[in-house]
Amino acid sequence: MTPVSVAPDIAAMDFEDALAALEDIVRQLEGGKVRLEEAVGAYERGVRLKQHCEAKLREAKAKVDLITTGADGSLGTVSANIGADGSLGTVPANIK
Amino acid sequence: MVADITHNLPEYSVSELSLALKRTVEDAFGNVRVRGEISGFKRHGSGHCYLRLKDDQAVLDAVIWKGVASRLTVKPEEGLEVIVTGRITTYPGRSSYQIIIESMTVAGVGALLKLLEDRRRKLAAEGLFEVSRKRKLPFLPEVIGVITSPTGAVIRDILHRLSDRCPRHVLIWPVAVQGEDAAGQIAAAIAGFNRLTPGGRVPRPDLLIVARGGGSLEDLWAFNEEVVVRAAAASVIPLISAVGHETDTTLIDFAADLRAPTPTAAAELAVPVRLDLMARVSECEGRLRGGMIRRLEDWGRRVDGLRRGLPEPGRLQEAAALRLDDRAERMANAMAVLLERRNAEMLRQFTALPGPREYLAKIGYQYAQAVTRLGYAMTSLSTARTTRYDTATKQLRPQALLGEIDRSGRELGHMAERFLMAGRRVVDAREDRLDRFAELLASYSYEAVLNRGYSVVWAADGRVIESAKGAEDGSRWAVEFKDGKVRVAVDTGPPPKPRPRSRKQSADQGDLF
Repeated sequence: MTPVSVAPDIAAMDFEDALAALEDIVRQLEGGKVRLEEAVGAYERGVRLKQHCEAKLREAKAKVDLITTGADGSLGTVSANIGADGSLGTVPANIK
Repeated sequence: MVADITHNLPEYSVSELSLALKRTVEDAFGNVRVRGEISGFKRHGSGHCYLRLKDDQAVLDAVIWKGVASRLTVKPEEGLEVIVTGRITTYPGRSSYQIIIESMTVAGVGALLKLLEDRRRKLAAEGLFEVSRKRKLPFLPEVIGVITSPTGAVIRDILHRLSDRCPRHVLIWPVAVQGEDAAGQIAAAIAGFNRLTPGGRVPRPDLLIVARGGGSLEDLWAFNEEVVVRAAAASVIPLISAVGHETDTTLIDFAADLRAPTPTAAAELAVPVRLDLMARVSECEGRLRGGMIRRLEDWGRRVDGLRRGLPEPGRLQEAAALRLDDRAERMANAMAVLLERRNAEMLRQFTALPGPREYLAKIGYQYAQAVTRLGYAMTSLSTARTTRYDTATKQLRPQALLGEIDRSGRELGHMAERFLMAGRRVVDAREDRLDRFAELLASYSYEAVLNRGYSVVWAADGRVIESAKGAEDGSRWAVEFKDGKVRVAVDTGPPPKPRPRSRKQSADQGDLF
């Protein structure tokens, strides 16, 4: 299927809303009470919602940062090394 | 010296006595263990702590020096029943005695629980634990803030479970989870995450997890601290508490939006299983396509059904074709009949026409007559005028009339001239018309038809033969072609067979082989 550009309203949706909207469209189509023109529009929107959902799931990359507090109280982050067992490797010396 | 006799006791100064008392008390109570309820706890700017221990009948002042205070495992709380060890000392300057606390333990779990319950009631009365304050957790958080110790099994369990279920961006705010500083750090971390602005340098989490592994009631005490509970209740970011084991309950659990029995469970509550979601999305995709295909099939069947209700277009066309053929045939026949009829009519009119020579002779005759009549008219007119002139000359004196006569004579001459000219014009016009008519006639003449390849059959008596009827064997007819007439004898026998093709050609072709 050719990629469909995501409508702005869909791009702003969080995963849960997008999935709910997609399931709603599926029920409508399966219910059989949709008019032909509406069905085509609903189908296209369904495809876009599905792509949006997949993008949201794809975005999920394991990334762990430690919050650091500067002398002036400003916050920063340092990337934490995760060991194979899930334990944190390097922890800055000032954090204990 | 009565006084000297009656007062034979040695005399102390106040200082001497106070010192003697101090020595006695410290010797006797150099190491005591005492149970009491904390009251009036106060931390001085110097770091030393002052409090009183009391029971239902007595009060004992107590001091915790700075060095000891930082090592205490129990955070002194108002109303908390504790057992302390230490030594009794006196303060001569105030005439008071007090206990210098070396260590402190809670006087049994019951005491701590009682304190906890009192605090829970108080905070509940403020509405911090109201169900209406609970926020819904995001279904799929993008960034998760975890407030816990950066070392140890807890953070490892959380990260492990998160990456199993649904890898997310995790921000760890490292804090001490027990000891005197723990509560302040935890509260600051909760507030700190809430102060982050979305889209800032440090991303703002949309879910917080406050976690600690299992431990004694005292170990978990930081999570019962009012400052922590208030921070959790005030957090705008939804918060999951995961402190201790399943049976441990701390006050932060009441203020949290959701309580997880363990840190691992917190990770499970925080995110859905990514694979499940992907399965749900692809299931939706399949159902979306299936639904659409079924819709299209339904509509297709409905169109089919409607089409069956319509007459077959082929049949309609066949009927129309039949009708068209019928009409075309009838029209062709009608055309032929019409042409035939027109042809016959034309021939009839044609034969009824007089010959052009006769017509010309007739016109010529009429012309000659007209000229003759004109001559007569001129003569008679002239005669009449002459007569009238003669009469006039007889009646009138000639000299009077001479001018008139002369004038009339001239007029007469003019008139005669004009009359002759008019007559000539009339004759000329007639001649022109005659010429045109003759041309027209020639174009209509049967001879022109002959020129187009037709022929006329004449009977011996000069009639035109219009029909095969009346054809008898031996009748003698004349057939007129454009270039002359041929006399023919009628033979009513069957028409002659077409002559067989000459064999000469094939003989010629034989030469090719």
